Amino acid sequence: MTLAHPTAVPTPHSAVGWSTVDDATLRALERFLTEEADLLDRWQLHEWLDLFTPDGRYLVPATDLPEGDPEQDLFLIQDDRFLLEQRVNSLLTRSAHAEYPHSRTRRLVTNVRGRSTDGDRLLVRANFAVFRMRSGVMDTYVGEYRHVVVREGAMFRFAERKAVVDLDALRPHGKVSIVL
Amino acid sequence: MSQYIVDDREMPKFRVDRAVMVDPDVFAREKELIFDRCWLYVGHETELAKPNDFRTRTVGGRPVIFFRDSKGVIRVWVNSCPHRGATLCREPSGNARFMTCFYHGWSFSNAGKLVSLPDDESYGPDFDRPGLAAPAQVDSYRGFVFATFDPEAPDLRTYLAGAADYLDLVCDQSNEGMRVLAGTHEYSAKANWKLLVENSFDGYHAVTTHQRYFEMAIAARSGSEGDAVRARATGAGSTNTLVQSRGIDLGNGHAVTAGSPVTGGIFGRPLTPAGQAEREKRFRGFAETYGEAWVDRMRGTRNLVIFPNLVVIDLVMGVVIRKIDPVSPDYMEVSAWHLAPPDEGPELHRQRLDNFLTFWGPGGLASPDDVEALETCQRSFASRGELRYSDISRGMNKERPTGSDEFQMRTWWRRWNVIVTGEELPPEEHAPLDGVWAGTRRDPADTTTSAPATAG
Ligand code: FES
Ligand SMILES: [Fe+2]
Repeated sequence: MTLAHPTAVPTPHSAVGWSTVDDATLRALERFLTEEADLLDRWQLHEWLDLFTPDGRYLVPATDLPEGDPEQDLFLIQDDRFLLEQRVNSLLTRSAHAEYPHSRTRRLVTNVRGRSTDGDRLLVRANFAVFRMRSGVMDTYVGEYRHVVVREGAMFRFAERKAVVDLDALRPHGKVSIVL
Repeated sequence: MSQYIVDDREMPKFRVDRAVMVDPDVFAREKELIFDRCWLYVGHETELAKPNDFRTRTVGGRPVIFFRDSKGVIRVWVNSCPHRGATLCREPSGNARFMTCFYHGWSFSNAGKLVSLPDDESYGPDFDRPGLAAPAQVDSYRGFVFATFDPEAPDLRTYLAGAADYLDLVCDQSNEGMRVLAGTHEYSAKANWKLLVENSFDGYHAVTTHQRYFEMAIAARSGSEGDAVRARATGAGSTNTLVQSRGIDLGNGHAVTAGSPVTGGIFGRPLTPAGQAEREKRFRGFAETYGEAWVDRMRGTRNLVIFPNLVVIDLVMGVVIRKIDPVSPDYMEVSAWHLAPPDEGPELHRQRLDNFLTFWGPGGLASPDDVEALETCQRSFASRGELRYSDISRGMNKERPTGSDEFQMRTWWRRWNVIVTGEELPPEEHAPLDGVWAGTRRDPADTTTSAPATAG
């Protein structure tokens, strides 16, 4: 179909030149993200929670609205600290039925890019593929991380951890019961 | 006894043969007898804000374009070119006055007229130029747009029967007209579509399946308030507010579980004092317009199923519109939208978003566990040789069945049964609606617009 007034494909950030951090910082960010992925794959969720600032948020936009505004629009996940604790604590009990028994997951985090902002904050982007295996089924979640991290000495913490899923619908996955 | 349903009023006992969840012949009959004939939900008028806005989706297994044409009229077009069948519109949404098929270049207005075709002369002057195809009937009720592929189907208002009242209870929560927010929950379940219909108004599973959710709701409240939610959500006997509700037959297979005014308070996180004050003010305004009796009903929760596949659940601070699309006997697609009043302040809106998301959707603290429950049911139906029936008898012997009983599901199933097998099972007799559930609206709703005539 041809549109009378074609809408431009949104380009929220241009790729070339976006990453401005020096190599040492980039390497540190890569280490941070791969170690984070390892914690999640091992279900060490309390340790994972420690990677957030006290007011850190975890966001997953709707599949049809990757640029959504969390103050206005419908998201898939929009956790503040309280909900994040609830999510993590219950995932480690038998009451999170979709994850009991736990699924196995394997995360590939690549193409890490970083950009400094004012003060100690950094914008981080990375590509992810999260494989979830359970009940004889493998679900693959593919997308881009768009985080805001705060430098704390030699490490980082998430002020905002955002997983933007590239799937056009959660089909046949049916759910996001793990942390993406 | 019906081929698939045991409906024994003596014992009493109501059972459904699990064959209906797996049998491809049943699935084919459902397509033909239910989805080709019933009124089916297409979308909400507010999803198309401006003239020429469109969204593509599936209705009754057909690809359709949900359009607001250049004159502002809501249209539903079959998304297939009348020439040789190519998909006309391949974008999920957009704004366009014309659609040009990429295959051979036929071009249509959004009012459905064929406006140009390349090499027009080769067809000769007498060629009948086909416009776009549409469902046999399209109509809307207070912003909810429905279509049916059956030209003989009764009009929408007749079809909705008592369900219209429950849509009014939702739509009356805004003086400007409730609006669908941007962002869609598009997911699926590897289970028969009827399992999600049952689950959508099954109060019985709430405490067990959603323990994790209610623990959050309790933790979000301090001391005595948390204890109150614990008692209301998980307590035994009459302290449990989930019991202070009614399962109600709305006619034509539609049914609802409707909570008393206290049920709204046990979901999500508590409102901030400012949010609570704004909300109270709004409800006082509604009471002036519609009367106290109607607003008492508005304050309760409602889980509404409009036969066959539309679910509207209103937990008072979060309204979900859920459309269930069967794909195969053991797989369904689900689309869900968030319906909200546009006239709430930013703080109350933010709390509404939060309240909705904690429960609903594929990333919430509740819906993933529902998907898990349904998928395990479906897998287990492989053993139907040994376990032929599912039991749906709860509350058959009660004067006043509650939302934790299964009267609402039996109502839906009896409608399903008469359509699919031709056999009519007599309705269940229960005490007439009384108390809060009998409250009426001061004036009948204006059904032609999504916003009330008294707005302002
Ligand atoms: S199929 Fe569309 S123009 Fe031929
Ligand atoms: Fe549920």
